[in-house]
Amino acid sequence: MSKGLFGPFGGQYIPETLMNAVIELEEAYLRLKDDPEFVSALEKLLAEYAGRPSLLYYAEKMAKDLGGAKIYLKREDLNHTGSHKINNVLGQALLAKHMGKKRLIAETGAGQHGVAVATAAAYMDMECEIFMGEEDTVRQALNVYRMELLGARVNSVTSGTRTLKDAVNATLVEWTKRVVDTHYVLGSVMGPHPFPTIVRDFQSIIGKEAKKQILEKEGRLPDVVMACVGGGSNAMGLFYDFIKDKSVRLIGCEAAGQGIDTDKNAATMANGTVGIFHGMKSYFCQDRSGQIAPVYSISAGLDYPGIGPEHSWLRDTGRAEYVPVTDSEAVEAFEYLSRIEGIIPAIESAHAVAHAMKTAPEMSREEIIIINLSGRGDKDVAAIARYKGVDIHE
Amino acid sequence: MSKIRDAFSNNKKAFIPFITAGDPDMDTTSELVIRMAEAGADIIEIGIPFSDPVSEGPAIQKADIRALAGGASVDAIFRMVGKVRKSCDVPLALMTYMNPVFVYGSASFINNCGKAGVNAVIVPDLPYEEKGELLPFCLGNNVDLISMIAPTSSQRIRMIAREAMGFLYCVSSMGVTGVRSEIGGTVSEMVRTAREVSNIPCSVGFGISTPEQAAVIGSFADGIIVGSAIVGIIERYGRDCVPHVADYVRMMKKAISFP
Repeated sequence: MSKGLFGPFGGQYIPETLMNAVIELEEAYLRLKDDPEFVSALEKLLAEYAGRPSLLYYAEKMAKDLGGAKIYLKREDLNHTGSHKINNVLGQALLAKHMGKKRLIAETGAGQHGVAVATAAAYMDMECEIFMGEEDTVRQALNVYRMELLGARVNSVTSGTRTLKDAVNATLVEWTKRVVDTHYVLGSVMGPHPFPTIVRDFQSIIGKEAKKQILEKEGRLPDVVMACVGGGSNAMGLFYDFIKDKSVRLIGCEAAGQGIDTDKNAATMANGTVGIFHGMKSYFCQDRSGQIAPVYSISAGLDYPGIGPEHSWLRDTGRAEYVPVTDSEAVEAFEYLSRIEGIIPAIESAHAVAHAMKTAPEMSREEIIIINLSGRGDKDVAAIARYKGVDIHE
Repeated sequence: MSKIRDAFSNNKKAFIPFITAGDPDMDTTSELVIRMAEAGADIIEIGIPFSDPVSEGPAIQKADIRALAGGASVDAIFRMVGKVRKSCDVPLALMTYMNPVFVYGSASFINNCGKAGVNAVIVPDLPYEEKGELLPFCLGNNVDLISMIAPTSSQRIRMIAREAMGFLYCVSSMGVTGVRSEIGGTVSEMVRTAREVSNIPCSVGFGISTPEQAAVIGSFADGIIVGSAIVGIIERYGRDCVPHVADYVRMMKKAISFP
């Protein structure tokens, strides 16, 4: 029987070699997720190590400047390691420790997930290997060094498009080679069951906190919550607790690269069709014979040809909307937020900021938008300078 | 009785070579199928190239890239099989990943397998739990859906073996396809466990390249699957590969033809 379904999406389309590993993971997760000792250990880590709860910040200057809705930023960029990735990583690393695993492996695109995994491995005395597309090791060189500094080995992946998709391939292969003592810390709400569920659960703290915080500050629910989507973990983390609140619009902002009509984009919802890849049935950018497309985005973290299965279901049921945002819109938002609020966002998160810049002016002053500021932009500064043609020495 | 299963009759040890369709071109592929059958191949596994073949090592990954660059499509592969079937009745298995099949349409894909004369399909990212994706169509078209077991399968082996069709594909070692000098000892235990619950023929693949390895594995398994070593010969000789591959198949078949 197929497991881990969101409507028709999800499942466990992986080689037999890995089946026992995902079954074992599911069993361990079901056993531990409500175990008081596990829950309090994770809560303590999130509070005292990662710095939760993250702030819900009223971006008053930005809201006034845009002249529409009130804008709040969920400050996941202020977490330890600089992004939302740490929420899921601490959960999975603790789970892996309980399962007796000695080694963590992971894919990374922008390097934010890899840094978080390397950090957790250092903290928990576990061996760590990260797989990163060669192209991403160049555009996110700072994060490669951070991971090495934390004691991880970073493997540069030279197959295919040399980006996130190929890093996932390489990590899956590595897991089939050495599965008994190794846990694959998947970084997004994707892959075979139980990963989409586990990662969503560990990330759902974003939406739970945001809801509590907005009720305290405004006494009511927001009208719109928005987040960038690659695989979709920060978006799912923010959306999940609001799914049942039908008045709240959920908007995912995907990477349109140089435009959805060009061959250089990663807009899975705009251009993709249903397929089966990386362990899941979901939407993918692919050609008519089912070959996975070489996608592109300025943002290494969104440069992925698929999307998590629960997002596909939220979209097909009409509960969530997905909009494309181009490289140039994201770069403009990156600069805008830096200047108007003094907050440099990750180029991934800047995709959501860009969409808010378009929609906020059309909304009334009473309406409320929450943007998930999923990561900080320090890692992107050199790449944005290059994009702008500015010559800086790193 | 399935045509795949017939290949193992009278306790014969089956030699099962793998090639990627369209590598280096479709005419060479059909020529290879015919000559490998003449050289003693008992079943031939034909790979449909995929952009992201995550179970394959470097040799077959490169073959997939060559084949895709040459424009190998699913329909071209069906046409090639149809052509081969006019002169050659060797049992054929198509091996590919789930996405090209799903996007083609699972029902149409298996129907066309039946029509073209394909006897089995092998889909490494379709484990036991997901086989409902293809099984209903396979049953209606007399196409065997081949099941795989791996060294990590342990208690799953019996469950999988009980429902296996054609032959049971025993993955000899962890990781991806590719030539290895040592094949782990666990594969003989895997075969033994499967035989406790089923008389399904057990074929071993992943990592086998030499006649010596084939003879050792042939002493306890019913069939030997060799891919990367053959694909390596094709890479080396290109369109002139056919006689070299045929020689290799003869050598390997001899190694498992026990008196």
